[in-house]
Amino acid sequence: MLLYVLRRFASAVPTLFVIVTIAFFMLRLAPGGPFDLERPIDPLIIENLKRAFNMDKPLPQQYMLYLWNLLHGDLGPSFTRRDFTVNDLFRFGLPVSVQIGGTAIAIALVFGTVLGSLAALRQNSWVDYSVVGVATFGITIPPFVVAPILSLIFGVYFGWLPAGGWGAPGSMVLPVATLALPQMAIVARLTRGATIEVLRSNHIRTARAYGLPSWVVLYVHTLRASILPVVSYLGPTAAALMTGSVVVETIFGIPGIGRYFVQGALGRDYTLVMGTVVVIAVFVVVFNLIVDILYAYLDPRVRYD
Amino acid sequence: MLKNMLKATVFATTFAMGGGYMASAALAEVVYNRGNDTDPTTLDHHKTSTVAEGHIMRDLYEGLVVQDNKANVVPGVAEKWEISDDGLKYTFHLRPDAKWSNGDPVTAEDFVFAYQRVQDPKVAAPYANMLYPMVNAEAINKGEKKPEELGVKAVDDKTLEISLSSPTPYLLELLTHQISYPLHKASVEKFGEEYTKPGNLVTNGAFMLEAFTPNDKIVMKKNPNFHDAANVKIDTVNFIPFEDRANCLRRFEAGEVQSCSDLAYEQLSYMKEKMADQVHIVPKLGTYYLPVKVKKEKLADPRVRQAISMVIDRDFLANEIWKGAMQPAYSLVPPGISNYDNPVFLDYKDKDILDREDEAKKLLEEAGVKEGQLSVELRYNTSVNHKNTMTAVADMLKSVGINSTLVEMEGTGYFDYMKQDGDFDMTRAGWIGDYSDPQNFLFLFESQNLGFNYPRWSNADYDAAMKKAGETVDLNERAAILRQAEEIFLKEMPAIPVMYYASGNLVSAKLKGWEDNIMDVHGSRYLSIEN
Repeated sequence: MLLYVLRRFASAVPTLFVIVTIAFFMLRLAPGGPFDLERPIDPLIIENLKRAFNMDKPLPQQYMLYLWNLLHGDLGPSFTRRDFTVNDLFRFGLPVSVQIGGTAIAIALVFGTVLGSLAALRQNSWVDYSVVGVATFGITIPPFVVAPILSLIFGVYFGWLPAGGWGAPGSMVLPVATLALPQMAIVARLTRGATIEVLRSNHIRTARAYGLPSWVVLYVHTLRASILPVVSYLGPTAAALMTGSVVVETIFGIPGIGRYFVQGALGRDYTLVMGTVVVIAVFVVVFNLIVDILYAYLDPRVRYD
Repeated sequence: MLKNMLKATVFATTFAMGGGYMASAALAEVVYNRGNDTDPTTLDHHKTSTVAEGHIMRDLYEGLVVQDNKANVVPGVAEKWEISDDGLKYTFHLRPDAKWSNGDPVTAEDFVFAYQRVQDPKVAAPYANMLYPMVNAEAINKGEKKPEELGVKAVDDKTLEISLSSPTPYLLELLTHQISYPLHKASVEKFGEEYTKPGNLVTNGAFMLEAFTPNDKIVMKKNPNFHDAANVKIDTVNFIPFEDRANCLRRFEAGEVQSCSDLAYEQLSYMKEKMADQVHIVPKLGTYYLPVKVKKEKLADPRVRQAISMVIDRDFLANEIWKGAMQPAYSLVPPGISNYDNPVFLDYKDKDILDREDEAKKLLEEAGVKEGQLSVELRYNTSVNHKNTMTAVADMLKSVGINSTLVEMEGTGYFDYMKQDGDFDMTRAGWIGDYSDPQNFLFLFESQNLGFNYPRWSNADYDAAMKKAGETVDLNERAAILRQAEEIFLKEMPAIPVMYYASGNLVSAKLKGWEDNIMDVHGSRYLSIEN
């Protein structure tokens, strides 16, 4: 197992290298640069700025310089936020995004599997119909609609929770709810589908024939198998949620890293976009690895030798 | 957070009074949550340029002169000054009680240091050219001379002498801009690039930096060493960046912020209905115009450009497309600007649009353009309002038989394209004045100004007038020359002015001392919060 993990990590390095290289050159293909603002800057001063950011050097040299710094864990200075290095920005933003995304994933996982299992056990009853109904609703309403509505109802009209911002007590509730809602819906549907299938499978029938108590059949044998599709879905989703949601962060004004991606891309903040790409890539690689390991644990047919 | 703070305050006050004690003013911390457009690029004011950055810097620093809450230029660190007869030398006398947030006195040397640094090519200050009127500034910025050769001298600790290469009647306006604020020499030299960090940053304004969390807020505390601290009523200012204007509106409604620096215009009617007096929309020092590539054969004739301008119904654009967030414009220089009496306007300003269409048809005929023969491309950067504006313009052009196609470009590439002399017919652009003087608008179209002159228009008379105005000390005489320049511009029409910008703010009824003004400046030191 340990060998497998090490091998997977080793194979992640070339993957990251390819991602970084493609992202670096694609960024430079986009028209304009970090110093082309709506209000043009004097050409002479642009020369000064380019020199200050090593932008006057040939592109291959800039690329080598970036790779070298990246190997040393230095993501470079931000072009649009000059008081911060890209490392600084992630030090501020990543904990916030991970906190919100992680909580949302946890809520989605717990409530989603419970609701999904309930619906499967009471298939075609009112429980099932309401879970499926709510889940469909949760999937179809996009976060950019849910977020302002939640903010209006709980922040503006009732004043129970902050309408936006970060740091005040309760400021996490609405953004987490917005993020968790659709994920919970998806998890519930996945769990429901898988559970219905597993309940009809041979090994469950065998377990029941052995006369095992129904809770053992349900929690030990059924859940273990029916949660597999949820696990494979949650891997990449957790990576996506923990690296920040642009919509939720913008609408609630939350200082996570999701906004950096868009702000960086629009402002041609090359280093900031590259930094975001690297962080997201690392999260995706790590979470895929976690999923694979969990698979080995949950599914006796999977072995990594 | 504010709510809790207020509750705590009320509780503390009631408790103190109930117990028969004197309610201490110090208990009631006054917090102003101030919505801003975005985060600053940096807190190094030499590297800033935007309006949002200006709001922050105005609270942190005080220049030689400052803008009061009505945007009038009033003494700041300098209590008085003399101007030489030829207008080339300004001598400023600094107030004796001007202090930095760490208690050090503000000296003339701090200004010399700051002004030399702005021009240092290594600093790469985007707005260094604003201070080019100072002797040798441009040469220093180009690396041809040393910073020490700048025409700014500290005669003694409290006397500063600024020498100019040509009379610049708007110098005081320039000195109110954030680029002209001083720097605490000792801490900049000590911390280098890190001097802007909380804990390192030493400022001389009404407030000082406490914390800066990107995308969250900038926290400022009242500066006890500020010379006018007795009149500063707010203890803490939180500058909160709102890219999503609707988010600011919601937090304003929830009482979490006391002002928003921009409006969610798509909800303007809702805001006007619900918050009537708290919605402030006033003209701003800015013009929205349509550059026309004059070297294109089909657009080379000024009569064609004039005809296009005539049929553009500015009232419709301002009131219907922009929902009153803009005002119809018939000149490049917005009205209400300083140093510019009797501004000039296009002569068809008050004419009926139908008469203007007839006149435009006649002009096109004279220029030999037949109906349906001319086809122009209207290019704009991604934005619903720009798109709607150009769509409406296309429709207006159709009324005189000019066909048009719309082309949309994403923002960053768009401005680069225009600057690089891209092959466009007509585009859109906007300019917000940095200081209240007509020169700040007219210089955009000087022929050698390649960064701003998108039409690549070149007119010897215009350039000559601008040069002459730059050498004229007498303000009335200078205004007359600048008027001539604008008349040439409006006759030749290399860019069609269509709207003046307006500033939109949400201002809580509890926030006192707010005065609407053309520069949209509102120093927090002049504001107070009433409960």
